[in-house]
Amino acid sequence: MTTSALPAIAPSAAIRALEDEALHILREVAGSFERPVLLFSGGKDSVVLLHLASKAFWPGRIPFPVMHVDTGHNFPEVLTYRDEAVARYGVRLVVASVPEAIAAGRVREIPGQSRNRLQTVPLLDGIAAHRFDAVLGGARRDEEKARAKERIFSVRDEHGQWDPRNQRPELWDLYNGRHRPGEHVRVFPLSNWTELDVWHYIVAEDIALPSIYFAHERPVMRRDGMLIAVTEHTPAEPGERVWTESVRYRTVGDATCTAAVRSTAVAPESVVTEIAATRITERGETRADDRTGDSAMEDRKREGYF
Amino acid sequence: MTDGLLRVVTAGSVDDGKSTLVGRLLYDSRVVMVDQLSALEEASERLGYDGAELALLTDGLRAEREQGITIDVAYRYFATAHRSFVMADTPGHVQYTRNMVTGASTADVAVVLVDARAGVLEQTRRHLAVAALLRVGHIVLAVNKMDLVDFSEERFDELAETASEVLARLEFSPRSPISSRHTHLTAVPVVATDGDNVVSRSERMPWYAGIPLLELLESIPVSRVDSVAGRFPVQLVIRPRTAGYRDFRGYAGRVAAGSLRLGDQVTVLPSGRTSTITAVETADGELKEAELDRSVVLRLADDLDIARGDVIAGPGDGPAVTRSIVATLCWLAEEPLSAERSYRIRHSTRDVRGTVKVLDRLNVSTLDSSPADSLALNDLGRVSLSTTEPLVVDRYAESPRTGSLVLVDELTGATLAAGMVVDILADSS
Repeated sequence: MTTSALPAIAPSAAIRALEDEALHILREVAGSFERPVLLFSGGKDSVVLLHLASKAFWPGRIPFPVMHVDTGHNFPEVLTYRDEAVARYGVRLVVASVPEAIAAGRVREIPGQSRNRLQTVPLLDGIAAHRFDAVLGGARRDEEKARAKERIFSVRDEHGQWDPRNQRPELWDLYNGRHRPGEHVRVFPLSNWTELDVWHYIVAEDIALPSIYFAHERPVMRRDGMLIAVTEHTPAEPGERVWTESVRYRTVGDATCTAAVRSTAVAPESVVTEIAATRITERGETRADDRTGDSAMEDRKREGYF
Repeated sequence: MTDGLLRVVTAGSVDDGKSTLVGRLLYDSRVVMVDQLSALEEASERLGYDGAELALLTDGLRAEREQGITIDVAYRYFATAHRSFVMADTPGHVQYTRNMVTGASTADVAVVLVDARAGVLEQTRRHLAVAALLRVGHIVLAVNKMDLVDFSEERFDELAETASEVLARLEFSPRSPISSRHTHLTAVPVVATDGDNVVSRSERMPWYAGIPLLELLESIPVSRVDSVAGRFPVQLVIRPRTAGYRDFRGYAGRVAAGSLRLGDQVTVLPSGRTSTITAVETADGELKEAELDRSVVLRLADDLDIARGDVIAGPGDGPAVTRSIVATLCWLAEEPLSAERSYRIRHSTRDVRGTVKVLDRLNVSTLDSSPADSLALNDLGRVSLSTTEPLVVDRYAESPRTGSLVLVDELTGATLAAGMVVDILADSS
């Protein structure tokens, strides 16, 4: 990754505009909902969102808890990071557990398949159990083409479902969070951010991330063209070639469906340089869950996924 | 960087080739990634297109790809060496006005597409009207499919002239909802399928003296129309009650017009009480001045009763406090406006109840307004609005953020209409 396709500009004015917009959205949520929650996975987008929340209510505390939808297939570095971050920002952590949902028979695991799609049920159960009315997420419109159609305030019906053909028009910065009992509103303050904006912001604000976002050596194997780490959840099959590679993660999700990329970037600044030069999207490069079809994300979102 | 972020809305009638144009912009400015391109080629082949169909880059929903149409506004992001862009791609069919209004409400520039063969259609007039109504500062008329009119300079000039006349009529007509000349118009002849004048100059139209579309978007200055003093709608009161901040009391919000400075004499509305700004705070430290769009926390010299929904106004002409206004509405819902019902009105950080009476409706073909008693989907018209609690408002032309509102269905929560304040009436109660 040495050729430069896009300029690695440091768009301070654009980043400032995006921050001001996100702070405004976070404050609208706190000002107009009874029981908001922020979805926190330890992934870079949710880390940036939590950081923005700490700035939006400064010098006060973040006035809502965070919720982690735990697949049980985590990278240990990310769980450690999650607990440190929760302590650092002084927020309460709610865990919605996929293993518990499996044990309770709420969802059924299909052997050999990722638990990614199974997250939807515990997520919706968690929202219902805590009666959360606004659910803040770090999804960005540049990630994926179904997400490009998403609103900043996006209503979910009583089954947690998204109807992309019946969305509310969203005008100026007048967000409409009105909803009926049982419905909730997903809110995406990073809607207008790109992956590169997020990284520029991480550099500018000196935000700590889980260590797996930076280059490190680990045993990997190649599956479906992607580099998959050898972990307890993803053991090598007999005969599968395993070698050690310097890699980092571009996205952090369930360990079974998140791939690594070859990298030598050990600091955020060098990650920015690599991302500015890459010619592959983060989801295309590293998320097996989005490769299952042209409408994979749309289908999951309709069911109530993030 | 020129101005950081440019927000662009694209609009066109069905089959003008708008998604293709946006796809071409993304493709030629090398924003499209390798995996997206191979997915695009695969999908194009599966759907029976001849070569890569650029429209499939932006049509993100399954139904859109299957039907070959764009259903909903899609947002696209790209950056060049000069600027970052947010592009709202708005579809041209059934809910055309609804989508265009949504995209235009946050746009600095509107790119309006016309098919060189079809010319300026009723929908084009509507798009120009919406852009002018919402006071989008710059309209780019992209005359597409120039190859199908033999790259005719005469045809291009004719369409550019027609669009210019439409805008002039909208802006100067005495009964027009648009009161003053505001919008700049630039026309560019393009062939979206081949890329002529999209990113690089076309060799097939040597008569065109202007610059390609992307270069134009990179260089258009962002114009702000605010002509009022500082406006700061309060979102939240920040009272930490934690060690070190026990006596801290600040007002969180985003500057909606003008700017607010340390030491400014301010008026809090609707109460009318006055005080002085003692600090402009952010998590990154204190500022001397909070400019337009900045999200900050203001502290005042006096302990006033201030809550969400109040407006802190800077020195100079203040906003009006009233229960009665005239607004131009764009009706966005299937169900028409009813004078019998009450609606929720979302305005700055307030949410109040009100009733609506229709005054007139704009005929988009003739550009004249005539008396009407209801508004239906895609209609534009003027209404008088009475609210149960006072609003703290400005005219949209002077301050878009404090002069805009949306109408919301009390029961379902659906967003029904977008409104722009054109007149402030004396408060009768």
